[in-house]
Amino acid sequence: MADKIFRVNMTDLSTSIEDVPADWAGHGGRGLTSTIVAAEVPPTCHPLGPDNKLIFAPGLLSGTAASNSGRISCGSKSPLTGTIKESNSGGTSAQRLAKMGCKALIIEGQPQDDGWYSLSMTPEGVTISKEEELVGKGNFAVVEAVEKRFSEKIGILSIGQSGEMQMSAANISVKDPDSHLRSLGRGGLGAVMGSKKIKFIALDAGDGKVDIADPDAFRAANKTFTKALVDHPVSQALGTYGTNVLVNIINEAGGLPTRNFTSGQFEGHEQISGETMHDLIVERGGKPKHGCHQGCVIQCSQIYNDLKGKYKTSGIEYESIWAMGADCTVDDLDQIAEMDHILDDIGIDTIETAVAFGVAMEGGVLEFGDSAEMIRIMTEEIAKGTPLGRIIGNGAANVGRTYGVTRVPVVKNQAIPAYDPRAIKGIGITYATSTQGADHTMGYTIATEILGVGGSADPLSKEGQVELSRNLQIATAAIDSTGMCLFIAFAALDDGACLPALVDMLNARFGISLTADDVTSLGMSILKTEHAFNQAAGFTNLDDRLPEFFATEPIPPHNAVWDFTGEEIDTFWNF
Amino acid sequence: MRVQVKLFAFFREGRFIKEDRELPEGCTAGEVVDALNIAREEVGVLMLNSRHCQFDTVLHEGDIYAIFPVIGGG
Repeated sequence: MADKIFRVNMTDLSTSIEDVPADWAGHGGRGLTSTIVAAEVPPTCHPLGPDNKLIFAPGLLSGTAASNSGRISCGSKSPLTGTIKESNSGGTSAQRLAKMGCKALIIEGQPQDDGWYSLSMTPEGVTISKEEELVGKGNFAVVEAVEKRFSEKIGILSIGQSGEMQMSAANISVKDPDSHLRSLGRGGLGAVMGSKKIKFIALDAGDGKVDIADPDAFRAANKTFTKALVDHPVSQALGTYGTNVLVNIINEAGGLPTRNFTSGQFEGHEQISGETMHDLIVERGGKPKHGCHQGCVIQCSQIYNDLKGKYKTSGIEYESIWAMGADCTVDDLDQIAEMDHILDDIGIDTIETAVAFGVAMEGGVLEFGDSAEMIRIMTEEIAKGTPLGRIIGNGAANVGRTYGVTRVPVVKNQAIPAYDPRAIKGIGITYATSTQGADHTMGYTIATEILGVGGSADPLSKEGQVELSRNLQIATAAIDSTGMCLFIAFAALDDGACLPALVDMLNARFGISLTADDVTSLGMSILKTEHAFNQAAGFTNLDDRLPEFFATEPIPPHNAVWDFTGEEIDTFWNF
Repeated sequence: MRVQVKLFAFFREGRFIKEDRELPEGCTAGEVVDALNIAREEVGVLMLNSRHCQFDTVLHEGDIYAIFPVIGGG
């Protein structure tokens, strides 16, 4: 059965199932969400108005047995940045959508009344229902109640209070295999779902299966691909320490932004490091190794228990720990895990929110390091939508404007994550030129600059950094279309068997004959589609710049400044 | 000469986190790795005073030297 487009119109509360237009057939994941946003969303529309659309798409290989292929993409125009937006996440939703033959779910329009709705989706179509019971509830309560209402097997996409209040840092939460949460983060997609008045989407694939054109070739390619992933030493380290293994190495390199980006090293780095976290997890009977979706062979997630050995949070990432830790000078992992849990429940981005706290600390709203006050503000102000809660929940730039702080680490209004661009310059090119504001995942130059994966580049030199970021951004756009976790890139950069096996799986799945060059071309065309949308929305090359303070304030220990000229940055788009 | 040596991730197992070590003049980064019974192919990143270095980099009095296995994240 050919995959279909499922469409929901929230203005007239109608639904339809459509054939996939020929132009969209070769796309999946990010490539598809960006193609649909570019085709159907007016670039100058208000992101929270009726003309914006919210699009979910499984990756090209999602729902198959391919290792690490369970990422779901969500696209829209971002209320935080005003640019095009794609976010992807693990969990169980990508596989559910793919197995019900859904190429993409497009949600458009806006209800005329003040009521709330939910969507439930099966292979037969989408049902729109009024929702009252779960309005105002956090994500954990939503998942529990929705599983009771339908079944434990369903996939769930939901928003917490921050999404309901359309805060521009709000996420969409994705149920994972343990009925815990993953996030479609950054850029405020939860606010867009809130603007459509949808509290949750329940996904029931029944016994649907994904068709494979050449099952034998697919199995053989998946075996080669899986071996490349499993054998790579980065995969093994990720399964032991999680992504938080980065705290110590980024600190050692002098690129760990600390105390609202005023130093590159944090005194408390060891207390919040991956090594310390691993020991705490083991000591308390948690799981250092855990997958965010079925079929993951890297298992960088973990189950973090509290002091009493009770579940506290899972999948806590380096960037979240950095943001709540070093950037706010909090050196207590239990406090950070508590905050991670609260932010998941409210459904708000950990990076954006914690960087906003760092700016608020500089603005005198609270003291640096005061995690108790951070927790109070999260539960008493953000979750309840008080004025202070909304100021922080609308992101770091908003806090800076409100409190007159000029050291505000954002690009296109989105908070700069865990790698200081003065001490690690390639990632600064990614922050500046990304089609979605500051986002390390768009072109992860850290692999090459710091970790020595895929070659090497001096992080304190400008040499080769534009090209490095460009190549990685192109490759990432393509990987984000396959449903693959981005962490396959470590193996792909080092193991010659990995990428050809991925291409072979795409060919075997669809009965086509792509080459590696076609995959690169796909990545380029996705970036160009996204860039063109942004230009039509009013962005120019002058928006591809870092905040002024990076050029004027040297960061210790290297006392480096951001020294790329605008002309140098603009060469990024020469392809 | 005295050099502070720091180990990370599983290199710490059965060794140490941080130690001031007395080393002969002219000692290289690689020789410290060898003396710690760490296989060179397991080494991902070496940093000397917060800058990347190589196995043949010569250490000096007062240096801070960090040894990492192959790791990643993001």
